[in-house]
Amino acid sequence: MTRIYSASAIALIASLGAANAQTEIQWWHAMGGELGTKLEEIVQGFNDSQDEYTVVPSYKGTYPETMTAAIAAFRAQEQPAIVQVFEVGTGTMMAAEGAIMPVYQLMEEHGENFDPAAFLPAVVGYYTDTDGNMLSMPFNSSTPILYYNKNIFEEAGLDPEQPPETWAQMEEFSKQIMESGAAECGFTTGWVSWIQTENFSAWHNQPIGTMENGFGGTDAELTLNGEAQVKHWGNLKRWADEGIFKYGGPVGGDNAPPMFYSQECAMIMNSSASRAGVLANATDFEVGFGMLPYYDDIESAPQNSIIGGATLWVLSGRPDEEYPGVAAFFSYLSSPEVQADWASFSGYLPITEAAGEEMSGFFEENPGADTGLRQITLNEPTENSKGLRFGNYVQIRGIIDEEFEALMSGSKTAQEALDSLVERGNQQIADFAAQNQ
Amino acid sequence: MKRTIFSNQLLPWLLLAPQLAITFIFFIWPAAQAVWQSFLREDAFGIRSTFVGMENYLRLMDSPEYLNSMQVTLVFAVLVTVLSMGFSLLLAVAADRTLRSARAYTTLLVWPYAVAPAVAGILWWFIFNPTIGILPFLLEQIGYDWNHISNPNEAMALVVIASAWKQISYNFLFFVAGLQAIPASLREAAAIDGAGPVKRFFTITFPLLSPTTFFLLVVNIVYAMFETFAVIDSTTEGGPAQATNIMVYKVYFDGFVGQNMGSSGAQSVILMLIVIALTVIQFRWVEKKVAY
Repeated sequence: MTRIYSASAIALIASLGAANAQTEIQWWHAMGGELGTKLEEIVQGFNDSQDEYTVVPSYKGTYPETMTAAIAAFRAQEQPAIVQVFEVGTGTMMAAEGAIMPVYQLMEEHGENFDPAAFLPAVVGYYTDTDGNMLSMPFNSSTPILYYNKNIFEEAGLDPEQPPETWAQMEEFSKQIMESGAAECGFTTGWVSWIQTENFSAWHNQPIGTMENGFGGTDAELTLNGEAQVKHWGNLKRWADEGIFKYGGPVGGDNAPPMFYSQECAMIMNSSASRAGVLANATDFEVGFGMLPYYDDIESAPQNSIIGGATLWVLSGRPDEEYPGVAAFFSYLSSPEVQADWASFSGYLPITEAAGEEMSGFFEENPGADTGLRQITLNEPTENSKGLRFGNYVQIRGIIDEEFEALMSGSKTAQEALDSLVERGNQQIADFAAQNQ
Repeated sequence: MKRTIFSNQLLPWLLLAPQLAITFIFFIWPAAQAVWQSFLREDAFGIRSTFVGMENYLRLMDSPEYLNSMQVTLVFAVLVTVLSMGFSLLLAVAADRTLRSARAYTTLLVWPYAVAPAVAGILWWFIFNPTIGILPFLLEQIGYDWNHISNPNEAMALVVIASAWKQISYNFLFFVAGLQAIPASLREAAAIDGAGPVKRFFTITFPLLSPTTFFLLVVNIVYAMFETFAVIDSTTEGGPAQATNIMVYKVYFDGFVGQNMGSSGAQSVILMLIVIALTVIQFRWVEKKVAY
C-alpha cells in the first residue's frame, strides 16, 4: 500500500512540476462530439507551436450550460480565462463590465496584430460596441441555410438542381411533393427563434427591435410583431395545419433533423454548421443546398442573413501572466489556415476574408458549401440586418419558442402570439436594464 | 424507555456536531441564502445588486406564467399521485392474492424504482418521440396523431405517465407489506358471513390499509412536486408553451438558465412555505383521522 501511495505522490509532484513550467490557460467550450475533437486538435496545434503556454480546453455542455457554468464560476472566483458564449449571450456578457476584458483591449495591450476590418462585416457587426470596438473573439459563426432532398425533388417531377427561392415556391413545391407521394411533408426547420424569426426579419430587412435592433442602447424595445413577421408566422401555422410544415420542437428543434434524414420531409432549414451532420446522415439520398426563401412582395428582400454560433470571451481576474498567452492564442485561432481548416471541417463560416480566400479550392470541390457565406455577404448589412443585441436575450429566445408553440397548438393567432412575445420580451429587456443600472 | 445520562456536558454536543454541521451547511445556509437572494435584484455576474424588498414576490403574484406554473403543478401532482397509487394498489392486491408467485412479481415490479429519473425520462422520450418513437407510430396505425411537442395535453400525459411509472414500484412495495400485515382471519370471517371480494376489500382491507395509504399520499405528493425534475428536464423541458412547467422546474429555469436569481430565490422561498404548510396540515389534521 505504502508503495502505491508514494508512487502516486511522486507522479503528482511530477505533474505539478510540468504544469509549472508552462502557464495553463483554461478554455471552457460547448463543442461536443466531432467538433470537440477537432477543437482539441486545433488547440494541440497551438500548444505544440510554442512552449510558454498550455491551453486546456474543457467541454462544459450546451451553450447555455457553458455560459451559466462560467458565470457561476466567476461568482465563486474560479473562472476560466476563456469562455465560449453563444451569440444570444452577447448582451449579458457585454453588460458585465468588470467581469470581462474586451478583446480589442487585450490584443492592443499585448501587442498582437488585430484588425477588425479583416473579419466579415456580418460577424464584426454583431460583436462590436457602438464605437466599433470588438469585444469578443469570433470563432464559430454560422448562418441558417436550406437543405433539400434531390431524390424526392426528382421523384415529384421537380428540377433537382433548383431549390425553391421564394416562400410561394416553398408552398408550391411542397404541395407537388406531397401530392406526388414523394414525401409526407414539405419542410421542417431547426431553431424557430433564430431562423424563422430573427433571420427571417433580417433577410427581409425588417427591424427586430428599436434602436438598431438594440445596438443603440439598453432601453430598446422589440418590434417583432410587424406585418411581415405576423404574415410569416400565420403562414407557418396554416402550413402546419395542411401538413406542409412540421414543427421540430423548441430551441434547436431536436426532432427536425430526423424528419429530414428519414425522408419524411423533403426540406429543412438549419445552421450551415449542420452540413457535416446532414451529409453523414443522408445515406440514401443526395443533398442540395439553397439560400433561405423570401417573400418576393416584400421590398428589399432578400437582404442578408445574420449569424449565430459563438465567440470567445475573456474573463478578468486571472493571474496577469495568462493574458499574453490568451492574446497569442487568439492570433493563432484567427489565422487564415486555422480558420479555413475549422470552417471546411465543420461548416461554420470562415470568419475572415483571408480564410474565405484560403477556402476557395474547398468551395470548388464541394458545391453548395459556400451557400452560407454567399448569403451573409449578399448585401451590405443594414441597421435591420447586422444582428441584434438585447439584454436577457437567452430568456427572450425561450419566450419566442413558447409563443410559437401557443400558435402551433392553436391557442393563439399569429398576431396574438407575436404581440404577447413583444410584451413579455420587453419586460425582460426592462428587467435587464434595471439589473445593470 | 431507557434514558442515557451524559455526565459530560460537552459530549452530547460533540456527538451531534457532524449532523448539525451537515444540516447547517446543506440546509439552513442555502435556505437563508435563498431568502436573502429573494430580496435582491442582481445582474447575472453578481456585480451589481440592489435591495428591492418584496418586489420579486409581488412580481410573481402578478405574473401569468407563475400562476400558470402553480396550476400546472397542482394538476400534475394530483394526477401523478392518483395514477401511481391507484395502479400500485391494484397490482399489490393482485400480487397478494397469488401468493405463490408473489416473489417473482414483486421483483419484476420493483425494477423501475432502480432506474434513475433522468434515464427514465430519456426512455419515455424515446418511446413517445413523435418522429422516431414507437408509441406515436402505433397510435398512427389506429388513426391517432400523437405530438406532445405541440399539444399541451399530450405533453402533460407524457410527464404524468413517466413520473407515475417510476413511483409505482415504491408504492407497490409498501402496499404489499401493508396487505400482508392484515390478519387473514378478518377477511375469512367476512367471507363466511357472505361478503363478496369487492365488499371485503372496501370494508375491511382498504380501511386497515389507511396508515400505509396516508404515508404514501404524503410521499407521493412530495415526489410529484419535487423529485420529478429530471423527468421534466429530459422529456418536455416544461413545454410546450409552459404546459408542463412545474414550480420546481421554473425555479431552476429562471435561476440557472435565465440568471434571474432574485425571482428564482423568491420562488424557492414560496415552495419552501408550501412544503411547510403541507406537512403541518397533513400531520396536524389528517393524521388524527387515520386509524393505526
